[in-house]
Amino acid sequence: MPGLSGRMSTVIKAKVSHLLDRAEDPAETLDYSYEKQLEQLQNVKRGIADIVTAKKRLQLQETSVKEQTSKLDEQARQAMAAGREDLARAALERKHLAEGEMQSLDQQVTQLEDQQRKLIDSEQKLQAKVEAFRTKKEVIKAQYSAAEAQVQISAAATGVGEEMADVGLAMQRALEKTEDMKARADAVSELEAAGTFEDITQLGPAQDDIDRQLEQLGRSNAVDEDLAKLKAELGQGTKSAPELDPGARLEETRP
Amino acid sequence: MIIRIFGEGQYELLEPALARFHELDADSEGAVIDGDSERFHYAYDRLLEHIRTQGTRLTADDLRPSELLLPPADSSVTEVAREMQALELIPG
Repeated sequence: MPGLSGRMSTVIKAKVSHLLDRAEDPAETLDYSYEKQLEQLQNVKRGIADIVTAKKRLQLQETSVKEQTSKLDEQARQAMAAGREDLARAALERKHLAEGEMQSLDQQVTQLEDQQRKLIDSEQKLQAKVEAFRTKKEVIKAQYSAAEAQVQISAAATGVGEEMADVGLAMQRALEKTEDMKARADAVSELEAAGTFEDITQLGPAQDDIDRQLEQLGRSNAVDEDLAKLKAELGQGTKSAPELDPGARLEETRP
Repeated sequence: MIIRIFGEGQYELLEPALARFHELDADSEGAVIDGDSERFHYAYDRLLEHIRTQGTRLTADDLRPSELLLPPADSSVTEVAREMQALELIPG
């Protein structure tokens, strides 16, 4: 068996020699390859910037869902205060859905942040590698122009070609990771744009309904507002405690 | 023998360490052929560790080519298989 290294070497060396043998002037090939590396490094940087943008977009969305959550919570209190348990329940149900969305958005943002850190790290390593390649390629080019022993030059060219393949693969992997992250972030943004998240928090006409009815209630009950608030506190204390604190319920049922 | 670990650098490994190297190298290859991710990471991590601890790292300005090349340390079994398949070295 050739071993993993044997197989890898066959593949990569074939690619490298194909590239160098085909070229009329290997020095030109090396220069071209370096230019390509710089270009790809820019792409990686752009990719990272895109991920940062996507992350910010999700963070904004998270803030807005958070606001919706507080709003729904307040609406539930108001509904309860007005003795409208049905409305309070509807608002609370929506609040829980919104909280679920918030959690999922939070996970996405954390993931993106994590990937962003990793990509910035690999981008810095790539930059160092590209610089190292540039140095080596200049040494090889100098050897070519000095027209030293051909065999020695071609061995060194293979060495730098290998370096070229190394940078190339690292670059390709960084680009793939960047694109993958961007695609995932975009998918979440698209869901958001399509209204998936908004539907849950704003609920289109249904919420308009709650709003309208609450507004009506709010208008008619303006005078009794303080009293209603007190009522709400009492109402929430007895009705939602078992639902919101299953741990406590467990405690109670234990003998 | 000079070995390059992609994404890391070149190492020179001398005779007494080569037998173990070939053993772990073959283990890694077998795991890739079988598509066995767990076995691959187990073998490959040990292969790289063997090179790092038994080999001497070449300086960045060393222009000697490597005899053998190895994929980056964090490669997945799928990535390695894909690279190998570039020359259809894995049947199927």
